[in-house]
Amino acid sequence: MNIMLQFLFKRLWHTVFVIIGISMISFFFIHLSGDPVMLMLPGDASTQEIDTLREQLGFNQPLHRQYLRFAGQALRGKFGNSLYYKVPAMELILERLPASLELAMAAMLIALLVAVPIGIVSAVRRGSFVDMGSMLGALFGLSMPHFWLGIMMILLFSVKLGWLPTSGRGTLAHLVMPSVALGMSLMAMFARLTRSVMLEVLSLDYIRTARSKGLKEPVVIYKHALKNALIPLVTVAGMQFGFLLGGTVIIETVFAWPGVGRLVVQAIFNRDYPLVQATVLVLSVIFVAINFLTDMLYMYLDPQINYFEDK
Amino acid sequence: MNIPNTAGTSLLEAIEPRLRFMAETLREVARRPSALVGGMMITVILLVSLAFPLIYPVDPLEQELMARLTPPAWQDGGSADHLLGTDNLGRDVLSRLLYGSRVSLLVGFAAVLVAAIAGIFLGLFSGYYGGKLDSLIMRVADIFMAYPFMLLTISVIAVLGSSIFNLILVLGLSDWVTYARTIRGSVLSLKEKEFVEASRAIGTSHRVIIFRHILPNVISPLLVLGTLRVANIIIWESGLSFLGMGVPPPMPTWGRMLAEGRLYITDAWWLVTLPGLAIMLTILSINLLGDGLRDALDPRLRNI
Repeated sequence: MNIMLQFLFKRLWHTVFVIIGISMISFFFIHLSGDPVMLMLPGDASTQEIDTLREQLGFNQPLHRQYLRFAGQALRGKFGNSLYYKVPAMELILERLPASLELAMAAMLIALLVAVPIGIVSAVRRGSFVDMGSMLGALFGLSMPHFWLGIMMILLFSVKLGWLPTSGRGTLAHLVMPSVALGMSLMAMFARLTRSVMLEVLSLDYIRTARSKGLKEPVVIYKHALKNALIPLVTVAGMQFGFLLGGTVIIETVFAWPGVGRLVVQAIFNRDYPLVQATVLVLSVIFVAINFLTDMLYMYLDPQINYFEDK
Repeated sequence: MNIPNTAGTSLLEAIEPRLRFMAETLREVARRPSALVGGMMITVILLVSLAFPLIYPVDPLEQELMARLTPPAWQDGGSADHLLGTDNLGRDVLSRLLYGSRVSLLVGFAAVLVAAIAGIFLGLFSGYYGGKLDSLIMRVADIFMAYPFMLLTISVIAVLGSSIFNLILVLGLSDWVTYARTIRGSVLSLKEKEFVEASRAIGTSHRVIIFRHILPNVISPLLVLGTLRVANIIIWESGLSFLGMGVPPPMPTWGRMLAEGRLYITDAWWLVTLPGLAIMLTILSINLLGDGLRDALDPRLRNI
């Protein structure tokens, strides 16, 4: 237990370090590009206006002082006002975040629900038509840009058949196309992963033992093999969730989904830099937190891992 | 595979085992149908993208406003002048697709090269020297891994401005982590091997050990990784282009063709379908090749 606690603290410290690093990158990055004040103001702003804003935002102070000020405020959830919407950036993000989380979770759920059974069947019936067909399908799924898949679904299900709404959020029908499009490559990846992990597990000694004990094949597969095959799957799923949130940037634009992704794309086009900075930081913190939780879950699921092995 | 000690042997003798290994590897790769099919597909795509002006010399920018939204030749209303139809400004879709292939392929391969070179150096040094340098590089890698990739590239591009050079640089430099980690892992296990110990014992410098003895041994996983990453980079490039942050107009890109075509989705299916098909075929062939290479070169990687 002591070792576990030590590991937990090590990971926690690590997580904090990564978040500080990200905040530094997103802070200094905007300064590398030149004077942020010039980015924020219209081109015809007077020298006096420029000076006033610079004073207001503290840009006349040394850089490290500015960063500390920024970090201090960020810790309290204050990122300043959005230049475009004129309201606190954090407020905007919190308002849009549920939509993005909903989309990402739906995509993850669909991907897992479809991919895991496919992966199991492919592994158990290795070399069969089912196996080859699903692996070919997975290859196509991995090769399709998700935003194009989204457009193709709009073309088929909205334009030609008129079954599903093209954009917006609200009902379950609105969620179907964006989440399938977003989850497709993940689905393909999970199907391949489940298959290869199952193949590996099924060749292990304890499975042979289970079979030779006379256990029925379904019990061997679903009770003995699947349990261990799920461990890497959980890890990968946890890590991929963050990427899903990143993927929402494009898919939300395709489906006019009112989430953080669309907000940040618009913010970038509007040069609304406090909003961009805040979004990047919030999404990164979520990403890092999920990775941390995934590690904890992994530790719980697999008591054999060596916590201090350098990965 | 063993790396010979080159001291006291002729150059040919030193190279010979490596050549034989390469030939064996090539035969092994050719035995995989997926590597073969993917390799042939991507070769054809590359050749076409280089040589098409000879076969299909149509200006991708010429607007024929009288022939706006002409469907592909095989459909009612299509014409043989525009085999794959025209877009909303009457520009030839096939020609635009062909020019777009150059952007995607160039950005894809060049960005992977940038990422691989950065990753190789950082990974080699990190794994070989260990200690503080290693922790520093790996912590920076953690930060890069946690930074939402799409946002990183979008915001950098938004500030730097989008040119083909910036795209290659930004996509490449955001992707070095995977290479560095892969290499570091291989180096950590290699550096305990006898041949490294032996070279060190006879006084070989660290630089020579790293680049002559260790690097050749980590090339295989790198080749697999690099191939598969080209596919990813091309998808990202087309995504950025779709958002309006790719290579700027007038150069046609697949992503922007999709974004523009989306406005005409009810009237012109080909404008939203064909550029995506082009992306998918390219990615598919690269993935096939990458999968085949992985099976042939590195059985340990098969589970990834």
